[in-house]
Amino acid sequence: MTWANVVIQGILLGGLYALFATGLALVFGVMRMVNLAHGDLGILAAFVALFIVQSLGLPLGWATALTIAIMFLVGYALQRGLLNFTLGTDDTRPIVVTFGLSIIIQNALIMKFSADSQGLDAGRIENISIKVSEQLSVGWFPLIVFVIAIAVIAALEVFLARARLGRAFRATSDDREAAELMGINNRHIYSLAMAIALAIVAVAGILLAVRTTFDPTQGSFRLIYAFEAVIMGGMGSMWGTLAGGIILGVAQTVGTQAFGAGWGLVVGHLVFLTVLAVRPSGFLAKTVTA
Amino acid sequence: MSSEDKTGTGTESVAKTPLTRRDFLKTAGITGLALGATGGLGGVLAACGDDDGGDAGGGEGQGRPIKVGFVAPLTGPLAAFGETDQWLVTKWGEAVKDGVECGDGQVHPIEIIIKDSQSDSNRAATVAGDLVTNDGIDVMMVASTPDTVSPVADQAEALQVPCVSNDCPWQPYFFGRGGDPAVGFTWTYHAFWGLEDVTAVFTGMWDQLDTNKKIGAMWPNDADGLGWADPKTGQPPMLKEAGYTVVDGGRFQPGTEDYTPQISKFKAADCDILSGVFIPPDFVNFWKQSYQQGYQPVAATVGKALLFPAQLEAIGEIGYGLTTECWWSPWHPFKSSLTGQTCQELADAWTSESGGKEWNQTLLHYAVFEVVVDALKRTTDVDDKQVILDAIKATDMETIQGKITWSAGAPLNPVPNVCRTVLVGGMWTKGEEYPFDLLLVDTQHAAEEPFNVEIPTNGTVEPIKY
Repeated sequence: MTWANVVIQGILLGGLYALFATGLALVFGVMRMVNLAHGDLGILAAFVALFIVQSLGLPLGWATALTIAIMFLVGYALQRGLLNFTLGTDDTRPIVVTFGLSIIIQNALIMKFSADSQGLDAGRIENISIKVSEQLSVGWFPLIVFVIAIAVIAALEVFLARARLGRAFRATSDDREAAELMGINNRHIYSLAMAIALAIVAVAGILLAVRTTFDPTQGSFRLIYAFEAVIMGGMGSMWGTLAGGIILGVAQTVGTQAFGAGWGLVVGHLVFLTVLAVRPSGFLAKTVTA
Repeated sequence: MSSEDKTGTGTESVAKTPLTRRDFLKTAGITGLALGATGGLGGVLAACGDDDGGDAGGGEGQGRPIKVGFVAPLTGPLAAFGETDQWLVTKWGEAVKDGVECGDGQVHPIEIIIKDSQSDSNRAATVAGDLVTNDGIDVMMVASTPDTVSPVADQAEALQVPCVSNDCPWQPYFFGRGGDPAVGFTWTYHAFWGLEDVTAVFTGMWDQLDTNKKIGAMWPNDADGLGWADPKTGQPPMLKEAGYTVVDGGRFQPGTEDYTPQISKFKAADCDILSGVFIPPDFVNFWKQSYQQGYQPVAATVGKALLFPAQLEAIGEIGYGLTTECWWSPWHPFKSSLTGQTCQELADAWTSESGGKEWNQTLLHYAVFEVVVDALKRTTDVDDKQVILDAIKATDMETIQGKITWSAGAPLNPVPNVCRTVLVGGMWTKGEEYPFDLLLVDTQHAAEEPFNVEIPTNGTVEPIKY
């Protein structure tokens, strides 16, 4: 039962990792762009929500909605005004630019909010749980995070498969020139993809902020986990990203249980490296590069 | 006065315009930090500048200004430890605003330079090196956990500057830095309690409760955790001797997201007591997950994470009934050697001048400057660091932290360079004025040898209510 508990908590943790990774997978899927500032943008969203709660006095629910909207607009503007110019033949340009962006965001946050750890308070929901047995309890909050992750990913999949705009996303992803000939404005499509990606990472950032504490420098850790989830799941696949996140979460908790504290993170990274060696395209890869 | 614009804490001006100058230092520090992150140390140097401080006034018997460096975690995960430090610097400045008459018969103005470690041990070492090489300080002061104290003390040792510190258990301070009890250190002196004291205080509180004497222990993989968990010099043998069984959760990485394996282990082993030492954000995470997963110990007594009201406010309503070590309180019967203020008066001054903030234990940092001033008064040649060091070595005084001496031998000085000071046990309860009040619930250990200090309790230990 202890093992079952460890695995279940790992799965729930994986939901949060997947939510962080979804936007990264979407952006890569649509425009083949690696966004190194993704983790920092998630932390930025958490600070935006904190700022709204603290200075405007809005309840967390409203702050979340407002933050998602703000990050959506930030995403669109960022892609339209900056990142679109980096796309082209040279793959390294967006990497360098987003790396710089990551440093700028971190330091701007430190200047505004200092390096202190912060937390968002969601009240009692954080501490209550469903007791299944003596050794197995499932916290409401981790469960809610997991359900949100599944809902977001399912919605995104349906959107990509069925919606007109979603089809445009896929068309652009498959063949940029052909899509353009069909009357699709690539730059607009890319910007919308980034806007959606940042709206999702805003949700992830706020959930992280409620779950634990956060500070301006945490974005890079988030990015590593998100990358591992995306790569294990298969670049560009949303359900694959969820699978990757869960594998990472379970590897960390089971690693701690099996080998002792301190080993959890190591086992997580080792599992990632193993997947990368054995199945470099990931489990559910949809997009084929080159 | 060019120096005034650059450093935050020249003695004369601090009292007149503390806010502007502190604000400036803050802004300058942040600029330094932003630059520092991308461009090395340039920013910090720009923020603090090179200050010759030669403008402190002339007059008969007026000596050169003496510079005292102070490294504090003003931002970052340990920021709660540095909460009162800026304020203490202004208080120190006020206490010695007319200078200090040193052993050479001259009155020397004192200039205190505070630098932010950002809660990072590498950065603490960097700014400490900076204070010595660029600011040319005469004495170093440091406090606030092994992550701040140890790297700064190591730098002082390497650069041969006298260093006085407190607020770090002495075992991580001494053994964590590779100290040899037969030799000791040369330049660094420390006053604080040790693991034998915290074990006595913790078990003293647990003995008042009805438990199965099983402890679920959380010691992280950092300087503090490794010191506390050391199988020879740490807590495990001491707890065993006191009749307690330890279920070790293992050396977890600070910043761990999920504590399910440890919580399951403690539940399975039926540990009535949760103990250990956490950085504050990690404890918040752990304690929430304990609630989620139904681990309900009778007592939760952990080091470092439950020291200050702000930490408890971050935990929220599940913080009532938690117990902690308490190294300083307004009810400790000590006085400042600089001003004669009692602990209560110092706490009241903090509350009124900080805009109504509750007292907290970091006011103990006050004592490091008391030691420095006392030593300077006995220093016959301020230009010779060895002479300053000899004066520190010969310290035997009463401070706001209690008695500090490094020449009494064991048990007060268990190893060279270390002086043990009193420790009591506290419990967090709902306060009237503030959300959380720390009550002293066990002061037995302080009344025993070698401290012999009677401190009244103002509460009793109770099991945690769920």
